[in-house]
Amino acid sequence: MDLTLHVWRQKNSKSDGHMEIVEAKDVSEHSSFLEMLDVVNENLLGQGKEPIAFDHDCREGICGACSLVINGEPHGPEYGTTTCQLHMRSFKSGQHVYIEPWRARALPVLKDLIVDRTSFDRIQQAGGFVSSNTGSPQDANALPIPKPDADKAFDAAVCIGCGACAAACKNASPMLFVAAKVSQLAILPQGKPERERRVLAMVDQMKKEGFGNCTNQYECEAACPKEISVEHIARMNREYFRAAILEEPEKQGHGGD
Amino acid sequence: MALCDRIIGNGVGAKAVVAITGLMLTGFVMAHLSGNLLVFAGPEAFNKYAAGLKSLGGILWVARLGLLGIFILHLGLAIRLNLENKAARPQKYVNEATMEATFASRYMVQTGLLLFAFIIYHLAHYTFRVASDDVNAVPAEDVYGMVIAGFSNPIVSGFYVLAMAALAMHLKHGVSSAFQSLGIYHPNLNVVTQKLGPIIAAIVFVGFASIPVSVLMGCIK
Ligand code: HEM
Ligand code: FES
Repeated sequence: MDLTLHVWRQKNSKSDGHMEIVEAKDVSEHSSFLEMLDVVNENLLGQGKEPIAFDHDCREGICGACSLVINGEPHGPEYGTTTCQLHMRSFKSGQHVYIEPWRARALPVLKDLIVDRTSFDRIQQAGGFVSSNTGSPQDANALPIPKPDADKAFDAAVCIGCGACAAACKNASPMLFVAAKVSQLAILPQGKPERERRVLAMVDQMKKEGFGNCTNQYECEAACPKEISVEHIARMNREYFRAAILEEPEKQGHGGD
Repeated sequence: MALCDRIIGNGVGAKAVVAITGLMLTGFVMAHLSGNLLVFAGPEAFNKYAAGLKSLGGILWVARLGLLGIFILHLGLAIRLNLENKAARPQKYVNEATMEATFASRYMVQTGLLLFAFIIYHLAHYTFRVASDDVNAVPAEDVYGMVIAGFSNPIVSGFYVLAMAALAMHLKHGVSSAFQSLGIYHPNLNVVTQKLGPIIAAIVFVGFASIPVSVLMGCIK
């Protein structure tokens, strides 16, 4: 199939970007979206032009490195699928395909389609961990966890931190990401000791990074390649109110040292 | 104070305040509607109800000031949050898709601001009696007569119906959304909370709009 790509090209974080038309000829419908871009880049290199820069790593939907807003939808038109797992059979020959980077003040473009996602790292570092002294592993059954709790925590833990939620949100809010990280640990006994500190610090960091606020439009849930539910956002809201009242002010922020 | 900063100073906290004040305003709107529907019971019943409200005196003023405070909190925080949201995406998408967000949810600020304009006009129209000679010609005790006089003007009635459409849209998203903002989400409750917005919106629109429409059609005079 032949496609007309409209690709965001931007030299670096300082320069202004623009959309550029690139023709993709003879694309195999069996190739993935990133493989299609690989072929396009080979051709661009052959013509002495600069290839399109994009993020990727595992290419099997588990690392969270790939991104791309394809025709307005983060990770493209296929529900619950990362861009690396998106196949070209989802497109029709002759189609115009718009490819843009995640757009948020807190996710600035570094080059073309690559954005700086260290704001997500800083949110995670603010509280998305449990502190424990390591030693020999304890008996697996020493800490009983009800199956429904384990399942709920797992539903949140599948978050790969790709940033699609913030990219899809009309307000550039990464609430689904933050909520998944808070929720996953709030449900499990291992997360209890730092429960209040964690949610306050992570929500505070989200604000500091300059992300927007949730308005419950659920674009994030529709875009999430891991199909994480906005139920976790409600849980994070509950966790936040609880902690805002319970946590003594001076203790906040002593978490990770 | 830390608690104040965590609630007002933070998006998650401020959103909860918008939700609570929004639900309180919705409660007021529902009470206001049930009072207004007494126009269909005739001039005597309606004027008696209005006189009863006015005889509350001091309590009425406390309620009015409370309502004003709630209103200012709601509107002020909602606008601040919205400005933060706009600033969070300085560069728009060239090609933006909408997957899940409803029409009502995308125009909350616009419907809210229209409501603001409406409330100013509505107070000037019937409470302070400075907007319409037809209304002012009726003595202030005859609230029923004021309603008939005011709504006999099709342009005025049209604006009221338009404002009620905006209110219905605001509440369709707002009421259901408020539960999520407050962390109320449970499979057993969602069946109710997700329908509550649309149901209240429909009641509010049909209920309020029925009054100017009935006056215009001559069903009440
Ligand atoms: C000056 C007028 C008003 C303005 C500017 C305004 C603006 C807003 C905005 C921007 C939101 C947030 C929307 C979102 O997060 O998606 C909101 C939410 C809401 N508003 Fe208003 N509003 C106004 C008046 C009212 C009135 C009169 C009522 C009730 C009768 C009301 C009820 C609500 C409710 C229930 C919410 C939901 C809160 C939530 O989503 O958590 N608002 N309003
Ligand atoms: S490249 Fe790892 S998830 Fe897509």
